[in-house]
Amino acid sequence: MLNHYHWRGTLEAVCIPIAAIFFSLVLFGIFCALAGADPLGVYASIYKAAFGSWFSFQNTLIRASPLMLTSLCTALPAQLGLMIIGNEGAFVIGGIGAVAVGLAISSAPPTVVQLAMAISGIVCGGLWIGAVGALRYYRAVNETISSLLLNYVAIALLNHLVSGPMRDPSSLNKPSTYPIPALDMLGSIPGTRVHYGLIYGLIACAITYFLMRRTTFGFAARTIGGNIRAARIAGLPVGKLTVAICFLAGSCAGLAGMVEVAAVQGRANESLNANYGYAGILVAFVARYNPLAASLVAVLLGGILASGGILQRLHSLPDATILVFQGLVFLVVLYSESLYGRFRVFQDQSTVRRPPSVPYVPRPTSL
Amino acid sequence: MATEALGWWGVPLGIAAGTLRGSAPFLFVSLGECLTEKSGKINLGLEGTLLMGAMSAYAISYVTQSPWLGVLVAGLAGIVLGSIHAFLSLQPKVNDIAVGIAMIIFGSGVAFFFGKPFIQPVAPQLPALEFGAWSSQPQVQSALEICPLFLIGVAIAPLMQWFFQSTRWGLLIRAVGDSPDAARAMGISIFKIRLLCIITGSFLAGVGGSYLSLFYPGTWTERISGGQGLMAVALVIFARWQPMQCLYASLLFGGAQAIGPALQSVGVTSYYYLFNASPYILTLAIMIVTCSPKRTLRGAPGTLGSSH
Amino acid sequence: MNPGRSLYLPRRRVMRGVLATAAFGVTSRLWTGCTPTSESQASSSTASGKLLQIGFIYVGPKDDYGYNQAHHEGEVGVAKLSWVKTEEQASVPETTDVEEAMRNMIEQDGAKVLFPTSFGYFEHILTIAPKYPDVQFFHCGGLYQEGKHPKNVGSYFGYIDEAQYLAGIVAGHTSKTGKLGFVAAKPIPQVIRNINSFTLGARSVKPEITTQVIFTGDWSLPVKEAEAANSMADQGIDVITCHVDSPKIVMETAEKRGIFCSGYHADQAKLAPKGYLTGAEWDWTTVYTNYAEMIHSGKTLMNGGIPHIVRGGLKAGYVKLSPYGPAVSATAKKDADIAKAKFKDNSLVIYQGEIKDNTGKVVIPVGKAYKQQDRTLEQMNWLVAGVVGNA
Repeated sequence: MLNHYHWRGTLEAVCIPIAAIFFSLVLFGIFCALAGADPLGVYASIYKAAFGSWFSFQNTLIRASPLMLTSLCTALPAQLGLMIIGNEGAFVIGGIGAVAVGLAISSAPPTVVQLAMAISGIVCGGLWIGAVGALRYYRAVNETISSLLLNYVAIALLNHLVSGPMRDPSSLNKPSTYPIPALDMLGSIPGTRVHYGLIYGLIACAITYFLMRRTTFGFAARTIGGNIRAARIAGLPVGKLTVAICFLAGSCAGLAGMVEVAAVQGRANESLNANYGYAGILVAFVARYNPLAASLVAVLLGGILASGGILQRLHSLPDATILVFQGLVFLVVLYSESLYGRFRVFQDQSTVRRPPSVPYVPRPTSL
Repeated sequence: MATEALGWWGVPLGIAAGTLRGSAPFLFVSLGECLTEKSGKINLGLEGTLLMGAMSAYAISYVTQSPWLGVLVAGLAGIVLGSIHAFLSLQPKVNDIAVGIAMIIFGSGVAFFFGKPFIQPVAPQLPALEFGAWSSQPQVQSALEICPLFLIGVAIAPLMQWFFQSTRWGLLIRAVGDSPDAARAMGISIFKIRLLCIITGSFLAGVGGSYLSLFYPGTWTERISGGQGLMAVALVIFARWQPMQCLYASLLFGGAQAIGPALQSVGVTSYYYLFNASPYILTLAIMIVTCSPKRTLRGAPGTLGSSH
Repeated sequence: MNPGRSLYLPRRRVMRGVLATAAFGVTSRLWTGCTPTSESQASSSTASGKLLQIGFIYVGPKDDYGYNQAHHEGEVGVAKLSWVKTEEQASVPETTDVEEAMRNMIEQDGAKVLFPTSFGYFEHILTIAPKYPDVQFFHCGGLYQEGKHPKNVGSYFGYIDEAQYLAGIVAGHTSKTGKLGFVAAKPIPQVIRNINSFTLGARSVKPEITTQVIFTGDWSLPVKEAEAANSMADQGIDVITCHVDSPKIVMETAEKRGIFCSGYHADQAKLAPKGYLTGAEWDWTTVYTNYAEMIHSGKTLMNGGIPHIVRGGLKAGYVKLSPYGPAVSATAKKDADIAKAKFKDNSLVIYQGEIKDNTGKVVIPVGKAYKQQDRTLEQMNWLVAGVVGNA
């Protein structure tokens, strides 16, 4: 499919999302006009708050970095044909795991502590979603629903731990764990106020892209996603691959949780549950499960989120406006999925269509 | 006598009363989701529909002073959101789960946006039927104040069960959900059936939202749904796509909401976060126990979750 | 117009009217409406020279009938000053979001004074404040520590437990069953102090009275709050108060069950016309106006003109009591008013030994008294005797 370069296909993949975003901007402009705000002024403000200057672009990047990592939690299993929406849970669990380890070995040198926190976040998040994959394969438990349920369990666990067993008694009015020593915190990228989570996100997106598109492992996974029966006939270890990919997916979200703890909050508390997970799901869908595209979409969503404040401050629009905007953009972009292949301009003679996807069936006899 | 405390007896009573009060939104959303999933699509956006229903019902009830009109408009709001979801998720290559999550954001955004002026006012509430007049206990009387809307929901469950099992339309829907190719061969328009199912399901969820704002808890705030819309989606799987079991499962989930507060009111005060998470843990546990790769889940629509 | 809708819409309309008559008000409104870029806005506000730009940040929607609305009403109050220009941002989570909101207000809109009003913003303020040494950050509820925290950070809070103590007196007089209920979000010191003060107030008039507390676990869980209120009513409790973000549901549920209720954050009398006794309310307008006036006269946190910790109760006018409802007896009013007068002349100390906690342990020995400003009280983690429940 990617053996040689199809410029028309690439053009299509660029033009359709851009057209969709423009269309959603028009819809949002109409909405603003109906709500009594000046649409052109709103556009100018959104641009200014999201991309207008280095100052505001940093705001966008800060918001984008957790989304890059959490989006992978949906994007990777999707290659297998699995719909996992447990990003929020893996994020929270990764954060808790990172704090627990960070506090346990806080006397070690900062680099060691940071590394250990990252590994702990990765492992905790990985196990969380890996369990979803295992349940799917071995017990045929629907992965969408089980991962959704695990989100609630993770949040309850977080609340329970920070208000009880892991609580720092001096965290008075906002129950939290003990703080990670300032020395062990992840700093900002030099010259910016953006924390290292952005680098982690970009690297993770690049690695997973390479892994899924350029290695045998990734090819095997995509084969399962394309046609599980064929994969099984070819002798691929479906179960192992399922669990491995889910582990990888969860570990990305877990790493995002670790970054949130180690670069932003400094401790675990209810603020860990800040909807980065749910936003990440949409990023993955809009990026069509492509990890590289996910990093770009994350920046776009970061920009949308960054403009939420200015709509309130300059245009006196209520706080819910940004939800409407976000919803419109995603609905239109998701609709645009169906437009691929409908315009003749974009058709290469040699374009190979994707094989029709077959539902993920762990074993031939099931669901 | 009238105000005598119930002590430990208050726990089962509290849970029973909480069940009767709090399960209607679960019931409506899960019945709506059940219908949607039977046709082979998932609508996660019912969380947004629930909020939209709650907001529009409260607003209309306040403006017109007629709560029943509010219920109707909540249903209409559900139809509108359902149409958007149906139109989008029935396009080729568009993933229904993704559209659902986008619809949660969009629906709640619209509900919050237009709901701002209605947070302060007090809207007329739906009437309650007093089934507890026989009892001298005010607690029992209060527990048996039941909203007619809940009874309507209870009546819909067996009707829907009968509809799926014994009517031609029910058969068509199941055919579309189980094997679209066969349905297509029978000359059924898959698009139309699914469209109707999604829209009707969304209508029910909108009505469920009106129960939240017009009966229990009976007010409009932006946190009113508390994730019940998403929960109901899991509940359908818990109920194995059987409307009657949706009813039982809704009662169970509604009751579970009351466990934490009821236990605390008699002095059990630890672990309330974990008590609050009990419905989720229970659903997961039951899914793990009952699912098996060796056999198909009874009642599971064959194409659910796939991109057919 | 309509009796049902009032609390804040008409106030806002009134505010607009006031502004329309004041020349400064008109121009400041126009700027908000028409200037799309902040560069020109910042320059225009510096050009006019005198406008003090104040930013308010709320953790939830600013019309929640509770915590955030109380602050928003304070903002509306301070915006009436002709030389003040305010801006607000609502629903800002306690993550990098609030740091970015503060930066934007400072760098893009030229805010010189910020009121990030949620308790959980404190850590984020400590991150941002050193980077903008000429901007003053006032945090609601935080604990400023000399030498440890940046000089341009201050903290303010109201002793709302004084109002809760008075509400407790009224509740104690009104309750027939001797059982009160308290729907609380989380067992944290601010909440526990309210529970204790409410109970101590009630027990000051009826020593055998008890308060049942139910923690819902989060700041806004409507169904759980309604369930809590209902199960309290089932247990024979006949006066309910609460400490959650939006008390609306607790009040309405109590009214439906035909029992009494006592409000929190703002006046909720309209929600329970029969059973509303009174309520503990904030008056942030006073606090914000005081700050604005101090700053206007050239005082700052940095030059020592403004104290780093500002606390006040009924006497300072930072908190107040809702007007008594129809069910409050004359004796209850009299006792509450006497206590109120004592708070105003500082002769009443709530936490005065001997006080036992509800496990029977003496927490404040005989002869020991913790006055309101005592920091020990801000770390309270015990429930007073008479409270049913565990912290």
